[in-house]
Amino acid sequence: MDIYGWLQLAIFTGLIVAAAKPMGLYLSRVLDPDARTFLDPVISPLERLFYRFFGFTRRQEQTWRSYLFSLLVFSCASMLFSYFILRLQHLLPLNPQGLGPVSPDLSFNTAASFTTNTNWQNYAGESTMSYFSQMVALTLHNFISAACGIAVSAALVRGIARERSGTVGNFWVDMVRVNLYLLLPLSLVFAVFLVSQGVVQNFKPYSVAQPIEPAAASIPVADGGGPAKNEAAAGQTIVQGPMASQAAIKILGTNGGGYTNANAAHPYENPTPLSNLMQIFSIFLIPAGLTYYLGLAIKNRKHGRAVFTTMLLMFLAALCVCWFAEVAGNPRMHEIGVSAAPGNMEGKEVRFGVFGSSLFATVTTDASCGAVNAMHDSFTPLGGLVTLVNIQLGEVVFGGVGSGLYGMLVFVILAIFLAGLMVGRTPEYCGKKIEAYDVKMCALAVLVSIFSILGFGAFGAVTTWGTGALGNAGPHGLTEILYAFSSAVGNNGSAFAGLGGNTPWYNVMLGIAMLFGRFLVIVPVMALSGNLAAKRLVPASSGSFPVYGLIFVVLVAGTVLIVGALTFLPALALGPIVEHFLMNASHTLY
Amino acid sequence: MAAKRHSLFDRGIIAGAVVDSFRKLNPLSLMKNPVIFVTETAAAITTVMLFNRPGGEPLLFDLQITVWLWFTVLFANFAEAMAEGRGKAQAMALRRTRTQTVANRLRDGSVTKVPADRLEKGELFVVSAGEIIPADGEIIEGAATVDESAITGESAPVIREAGGDRSAVTGGTRVLSDRIVVRVTAEKGQSFLDRMIGLVEGAKRQKTPNEIALTLLLSALTVIFLLVIMTLRFFGMYSGVTFSVTVLVALLVCLIPTTIGGLLSAIGIAGIDRMVQKNVLAMSGRAVEAAGDVDVLLLDKTGTITLGDRQATRFIPAPGVSPEAMADAAQLSSLADETPEGRSIVVLAKQYGLRGRSIGEMPHADFIPFTAQTRMSGINLDGRQIRKGASEAIRTFVNGSFPDAVNAAIDEIADSGGTPLVVADNTRVLGTIELKDIVKGGLKDRFERFRAMGIKTVMITGDNRLTAAAIAKEAGVDEFVAEARPEDKLRLIRSEQAIGHLVAMTGDGTNDAPGLAQADVGVAMNTGTQAAKEAGNMVDLDSNPTKLIEVVEIGKQMLITRGALTTFSIANDVAKYFAIIPAMLVGIFPVIAPLNIMMLSSPQSAILSAVIFNALIIVFLIPLALKGVKFRPLGASTLLRRNLLIYGIGGLVIPFVGIKAIDMIITAIGLI
Repeated sequence: MDIYGWLQLAIFTGLIVAAAKPMGLYLSRVLDPDARTFLDPVISPLERLFYRFFGFTRRQEQTWRSYLFSLLVFSCASMLFSYFILRLQHLLPLNPQGLGPVSPDLSFNTAASFTTNTNWQNYAGESTMSYFSQMVALTLHNFISAACGIAVSAALVRGIARERSGTVGNFWVDMVRVNLYLLLPLSLVFAVFLVSQGVVQNFKPYSVAQPIEPAAASIPVADGGGPAKNEAAAGQTIVQGPMASQAAIKILGTNGGGYTNANAAHPYENPTPLSNLMQIFSIFLIPAGLTYYLGLAIKNRKHGRAVFTTMLLMFLAALCVCWFAEVAGNPRMHEIGVSAAPGNMEGKEVRFGVFGSSLFATVTTDASCGAVNAMHDSFTPLGGLVTLVNIQLGEVVFGGVGSGLYGMLVFVILAIFLAGLMVGRTPEYCGKKIEAYDVKMCALAVLVSIFSILGFGAFGAVTTWGTGALGNAGPHGLTEILYAFSSAVGNNGSAFAGLGGNTPWYNVMLGIAMLFGRFLVIVPVMALSGNLAAKRLVPASSGSFPVYGLIFVVLVAGTVLIVGALTFLPALALGPIVEHFLMNASHTLY
Repeated sequence: MAAKRHSLFDRGIIAGAVVDSFRKLNPLSLMKNPVIFVTETAAAITTVMLFNRPGGEPLLFDLQITVWLWFTVLFANFAEAMAEGRGKAQAMALRRTRTQTVANRLRDGSVTKVPADRLEKGELFVVSAGEIIPADGEIIEGAATVDESAITGESAPVIREAGGDRSAVTGGTRVLSDRIVVRVTAEKGQSFLDRMIGLVEGAKRQKTPNEIALTLLLSALTVIFLLVIMTLRFFGMYSGVTFSVTVLVALLVCLIPTTIGGLLSAIGIAGIDRMVQKNVLAMSGRAVEAAGDVDVLLLDKTGTITLGDRQATRFIPAPGVSPEAMADAAQLSSLADETPEGRSIVVLAKQYGLRGRSIGEMPHADFIPFTAQTRMSGINLDGRQIRKGASEAIRTFVNGSFPDAVNAAIDEIADSGGTPLVVADNTRVLGTIELKDIVKGGLKDRFERFRAMGIKTVMITGDNRLTAAAIAKEAGVDEFVAEARPEDKLRLIRSEQAIGHLVAMTGDGTNDAPGLAQADVGVAMNTGTQAAKEAGNMVDLDSNPTKLIEVVEIGKQMLITRGALTTFSIANDVAKYFAIIPAMLVGIFPVIAPLNIMMLSSPQSAILSAVIFNALIIVFLIPLALKGVKFRPLGASTLLRRNLLIYGIGGLVIPFVGIKAIDMIITAIGLI
């Protein structure tokens, strides 16, 4: 934990703090159909065209039920669309490598994965997906699934802000505006920036580089037995394609699905320290802005700031644990003569080092991004634990675009319900009484995630399809299974790569887990939004529950940790926690 | 009776509660408390497992866990039984009065003796001096003094008479003088006494909205932990660890919120009970909960903020009139004035050395009573026409203008919120009498504390704006409504509710009934009409309107107690995890030993200690649940900070200490 790390952390934190307000101000305009943005002259004709084409006006409001219905129909349709593109990619254009159709289970898994903003990839993009599949079937979802998340969070915020209202906004208007005014322009700018850093953007077939000295590889035989054998290198295939455009939205929309299998560790997807910093920053950009939007929309900026602070503190705490664990490294490795100085470098890019990798890993799992610049599987048990716990918390520390905010607000409401009575009034959140129905919906949202992670995880842990795919035995294997289902249910998409997930069982199970984790949470959240919108507002007074200040921050963080994280402690104890002690105190290695 | 307090550890109540805790083991009745129901099921499972042991933990360990699981259920039942027992003790005394009563039923002019419980609604009965009123009713003939101490605990008798706002009588009270004819107003079994018994017993207690929501969340947490335990078995299979059923069940019971689950209903019953101790009958737990939420108090000026009637406080003679002459005239003019104001003038006059005079001494005097037209009263005596009245009326009477000094005095009195009365002898103005409302002591501080809690006080009065403003200022209320008519109360409540406020008010008259019904908390005075009592959701047996303030405090105290124990219960889980999880794993993974941060002596003692702590904490918290946490009138931020520090941080730390202590004890005495 050196000074350079602290400096980078300070710069990163400064960027997030500085960006939240302007982003939030812009978001509040995008999410208010009547507001104008500076992009109106360019985009508003296009926006009107959309409305005319689909036959609605931007003033049309929807009840929560019809908002939800629109969202589900839209998601279902777009998922089918992507499924069939993948199945038929060999018949479709832009396939210079001549890649064949994707298998049914992998297509289901991938379509579910991109529809749910998970971007779990049971395939290597460069060897499975044609340019057309990447651009249309996948990149399309990177936009619309991100917009769906933002739309749901906006609907929930409207529910909190409105009084005796039957409606929570219009799903289609939100989708059109978020895509046109926010995601498209932002990713355009970001893609151009990435190109400037050297990220490729072309439609060329993959190139093959001929090594200057052929037959240069010397591969040692495993277990140190026998002499090293030499293998002729037949030249290196170098991946090409429209990478910058997909990398931009994969980050901004907290999707995380890499163009290449190596994701942000690939030099073409993440070439420079600056591109690395800006990618990490962009993951948090919209989620941080949404907290400011929350404050603006409910006319209580202190509350928005408190939610932001809660997230920031939880992020910093997680980062420090992860960073510390990675710097400490693996004592068993040090014993056999590996230098302890750089920390645990297994599975990390030398370009990013321990801090850059820890930062990316913490951010990508705090948010539901899932892009990686290092292999989480190779982190120390504690470092890996941090990424796993981040996901299991429900990705509410900034979180996925939109989903992070609505996930956190569910915890906020639960926290206020549990502790709110202590101010001597029945619980009240921003002037809305929290009653049985609201509690039921919040509890459902939390229950769904916990049920899916533990349920699928336990199923996987005791079945042959589950354990057969493991790359490691023992506690580390259990961590891999837990991580896979946590990542799927949390719609994160990052992998503890040791698991060979591309089997029909895993494809189907993970696909279902992703759909549960996304839509079975959105349903109660939308119901909550509708119910809150219909309530009357109790005027604020000095007797109202204070939804800001340090005490509130501590309360919410405590609730997230106790309700969200402690639930997983028994399972985690058998995975990374035991592994940590084994690594430090015994000679059993996994 | 109702005012009698039972000590927290009254032996009779405890004995009854112990018996009841076993009776409450019936799973059908436990079903409405999901957390404790799961605990009982868990205890039943380990009991069965005692006879069907596939190996694993030693029998003594399984046995002790089982016993403590049953204790957990019993302790939770005991908490509820204690709360109910305190109510029952009060109800018992009430019931005694009811069963012995005989009614003199009046039918077609003839009186027959029937048992009180045979009276139908609408029937008439007669009660004479010395008899107990057999049923709730309304006097339709006569007047009587009634001893209501059986209900109110207040020994001074009250007057009840036909017509007007004092016509209601309550069953179980005793007529001390005279004879009255009463019409029964309550259905059989629905009398005030019946309802009171039902309420204090907690028999017909319905869960309040917040309790329902909280039970829902506690159930959800229970379901989550059930899943945690079930999946843990599978994760254990992967890792090659076999957890015994006893250990899994122990972990489950420690994690589910048994503390708040066991105490929740006791807290609610105790809230109603505390109201009863203040001589307020809440008609439902919902009303007590609403009392905590109230943020607007609608207070009648008269009787609530001021002592009642205006009093003469000062005579200001006109220039050239001696104070004695002025006092003499004032007294003469008020001799026939039976209003409290008039009497207070006579009393004040005595301070000027005048002897008391009675009307009988002056046969020639001609008394002029007050009328709404003349707006003055007085006396014609020996050619003198002495009058006192509103300044405008006297101005017309003297047919001229007042001296400047008198005008100044009138203005000064009016500006300070008093009412000026002018006294005149024929055309000569003698001076001004100041009538003033006397604000009850200590109110200003109380309202100040309410302001800190975010509660707005609104005074409502028929007085003019100037008078109202002065009293409002003196009493420290936030807002006032002057020149209000009775129907304005209802309008005001509706408009406050429309902007989201919850309103509390007191009332006694029939014309208060709509307001009492509309208000979120309507406290009817026991001296009030039956209509008012029916409309409100609380009845104050002492008929003290100022008690509204205490009602709000008790409501808040109950909510804070519930929140504090919920927070405490949830925070407890952290320590229990740290006690049990290492203990479960250390057998197969000895390296995990450092996780045993409490350094508990053995895995079995760790698990047993956590289970024992989990059971005992319910017992330790029963007094807190019944008495309520100490209430301080503070703003929400301060309250939250203070309570979160005590019950949140306390909830994190105390179980670490408690479990460690229990571990040391059971290890020392060799239970494990």
